[in-house]
Amino acid sequence: MKRILLVIAVIALYALHQDFWFWRTAHPLVFGFVPIGLFYQACFSGAASLLMWLLVKNAWPVHLEHEIEQVKSEEEPTP
Amino acid sequence: MIPAIFVFLYLAAVLYIGVFAFRKARGGKKAEDYFLASRSLGPFVFLFSLFGTNMTAFAILGSSGHAFSNGIVTFGLMASSSGLVIPLTIFFVGTRVWALGKKHGFMTPVQMFRDRWECRHIGTVIFVVQAVLLVPYIIIGIMGGGTTLNVISGGKVPYWFGGAIVALVVMGYVFFGGMRGTAWVNTFQTILFLTFGVIAIIVIGAGMGGFKSAVNAMLASPALAPLLTRERISPYYFFSYTFIPLSAIAFPHILIFCLTAEKMKHFKKTVIFYPLCILAIWLPCVFLGVMANRVTDVPAIRAKQEARRVLATQGKTMTPEARDELREQSAGDDVIMLLLQRYAPLWLAGLLGAGIMAAVMASDSQILALSTMFTEDVFAFYGHKERFGEAVQVLTGRLFIVLITIFAYVVALRAPETIFELAIQYAFSGFAALSPLLVAAIFWKGSTKWGAFASTAWTASAVIAVALFQHFVPAPAPGPSVVVWSVAGMEVLSRTPGGTAVFGFMPVVPMVLISVLLMWTVSLVTSKPNQTTIAKYF
Repeated sequence: MKRILLVIAVIALYALHQDFWFWRTAHPLVFGFVPIGLFYQACFSGAASLLMWLLVKNAWPVHLEHEIEQVKSEEEPTP
Repeated sequence: MIPAIFVFLYLAAVLYIGVFAFRKARGGKKAEDYFLASRSLGPFVFLFSLFGTNMTAFAILGSSGHAFSNGIVTFGLMASSSGLVIPLTIFFVGTRVWALGKKHGFMTPVQMFRDRWECRHIGTVIFVVQAVLLVPYIIIGIMGGGTTLNVISGGKVPYWFGGAIVALVVMGYVFFGGMRGTAWVNTFQTILFLTFGVIAIIVIGAGMGGFKSAVNAMLASPALAPLLTRERISPYYFFSYTFIPLSAIAFPHILIFCLTAEKMKHFKKTVIFYPLCILAIWLPCVFLGVMANRVTDVPAIRAKQEARRVLATQGKTMTPEARDELREQSAGDDVIMLLLQRYAPLWLAGLLGAGIMAAVMASDSQILALSTMFTEDVFAFYGHKERFGEAVQVLTGRLFIVLITIFAYVVALRAPETIFELAIQYAFSGFAALSPLLVAAIFWKGSTKWGAFASTAWTASAVIAVALFQHFVPAPAPGPSVVVWSVAGMEVLSRTPGGTAVFGFMPVVPMVLISVLLMWTVSLVTSKPNQTTIAKYF
């Protein structure tokens, strides 16, 4: 279930990149000078970082780390 | 000339880092130590060097130049999409390639492909395509270096000389320091250009008397207001750009960098902070590039705007050559430096110039990657390592670095394209179309060498076809594109002012999709590697 939710989150964020709703307008100007289209895309970058944090927390390929540790321990000579 | 002195001091510093890394080398004349820093990079250096190596001249000069001409769309096109796609590919592909490298000792992507698909010469074909696509990236660095030193010195350092100095310095620290030197220099550079953006926006904003009045003045101007929206850009074009960052993981220098991490957990911080690093660099550069349109007292910027105006109003009646000349004149790759010269005190312009230089000089890891690929995929693969030994292999790698730098410099002196166009049109689209090879090798047991060959041959053919098409069909004036081929009223192939469109999309979209299709269908009908090989990967 967790995995499905993460896949949905990735697809949703990718889709949200196409913000056609702010396509033809600069208003509102955030802080009085940042066009809304630019502000949205800046927030999108923050959201991407958050998504990566979620992936690292919940879908980190731990098995690869274990495999490498196992290979290392096999290579190291026993005392 | 004072800012140029700061830049020269910076160049001396990075050269010293390279020499210092040479003295700190742990493995003597071992190839793995020279080309991969003995797979020993810590989390901090790994994050900043991996990020730094992906930020070229392009990140500061190209982004502000593109924003100067096209407006705020630049950030959504190139930065925010990269902030999502690149860390995703590092998360899914980079970590797995790292693990395979640790287990089987791979140093290049082609070594992995040869082993995974039990192929020899197909690996050589992939090497050639990767190498040819990587060279433009190296040229960008030298062109950016020439432009930067020329502008920062107020024209006193000619373009050819600036490019030569940058080429020599990069060659120097890569030659001596190998991967360790390159990673340390990249870390130093990334810290510099991360601070650059913040300082630049404060200084230029204060100099312009704040951005509010500039933005409101732009909104009131019919010619400039569209730069604050995306109304001039097609949504298809915008969507197409999300395919470009797929190139990052397929670039050999990025994948080779993934092999340098000491532990897999070092990837965690890299993928989380990658989008924020992109934000910190690109947002100020894009915004300042757009704001440069409101600067009326810098003659060089006014000349660019005038060239743009003439191109828009009279372009249709001009010859293609005259249009190309105006495009060159209106290109904004140097606007950020012009803004600094106008608004920053001399000493600060020098420091910030060093920050720009840091971004410009990111071609180091591409040069090293090419050298690694040549020595591992050709020199060692065809038996020369066994014959002459590892010390000669490293020496060959160093000699290769010298030769490739000289070659790139000579091309950079002759290439007329802007930094941005040259990179996007060839290298990025090509590597994006090669990304299915990596995914198939790691995630699909059924992939075969013939599937990989079909994808690679398609990529090479498509890049050549696009280059030829754009050479023989001149770019039209700003405005509607020229439809070259249509079926039942549907535009199949068009020449746009900025490049090529296939069904309204950039060529990278069909290039990637057809590459995936070829990998899949050809693999289905060809014989698989034996079970022992497959078991090594799954």
